[in-house]
Amino acid sequence: MRSFERRLAEFRARDTEIVGISVDSGEESRKLCQSQGYTFTFLSDPRAETIRAYGVLHEHGGERGQDIARPAEFLVDREGTVRWVNLTESILARLRPDMILRAMDGLDAEPRSR
Amino acid sequence: METVTRRSRNWPLWVGFATALLAAFSYVPFFVKFPVTRDFPWANLVLFLAAGCLLAIGLYRAFAQPERYRGKISGVIFGVLSLAVFGLFCFGVFWLARNIPRAETAPRVGQRAPEFTLTGLDGNSVTLSQLRQGNRFVVLIFYRGYW
Repeated sequence: MRSFERRLAEFRARDTEIVGISVDSGEESRKLCQSQGYTFTFLSDPRAETIRAYGVLHEHGGERGQDIARPAEFLVDREGTVRWVNLTESILARLRPDMILRAMDGLDAEPRSR
Repeated sequence: METVTRRSRNWPLWVGFATALLAAFSYVPFFVKFPVTRDFPWANLVLFLAAGCLLAIGLYRAFAQPERYRGKISGVIFGVLSLAVFGLFCFGVFWLARNIPRAETAPRVGQRAPEFTLTGLDGNSVTLSQLRQGNRFVVLIFYRGYW
């Protein structure tokens, strides 16, 4: 997420909102933002309802056996349609902002089908 | 007359073991910071390879030239410990880190993103529709969290 913070201007220039979602409480996320200097949006899903709705629940994946989110990224367009998805196979392999920026620019180039 | 030859210290064994430890414990504090060495831990694997070569040289010296080099016992201990450390590293990186659900029910490209109402940092409610308004795209990053 550090890399996303660094490239935030490029996302803003494309009218794109970055949103981090986890089971962490707002308090926990605020601490994270303060310590890491993150300025994009963070949302709390303590009961993992949205995480479940997006099919990215990792049951008992937390250190104390809590249900958490597996890493995943979705690009949603203005109409609410998923335009790009990244589901990593390893929690160590992180999405690089370049991948999603390129995906967005690729979508812009395509004629919109309606 | 008896000649007493001092057998020299078998340094490749020590350096090899130290390199194996470095290989295992440099990933989390250091190499994860760089995407190139994070996504696939090749830098650590190179270090393990170097450790293996050094240990092999040390063990060869200890067993083939025991009159010149020490390290028959320490060499075996270092070798076994290094193998164990390598095994744990591989287990963590290639099994534990990949042991995550496959997310087969996740919305696919072209499908509708499920609407949500979640809480922001200051306790305010935020919906996906709100986020979409005034933006061309919204990038949802689900992450494991820090609990």
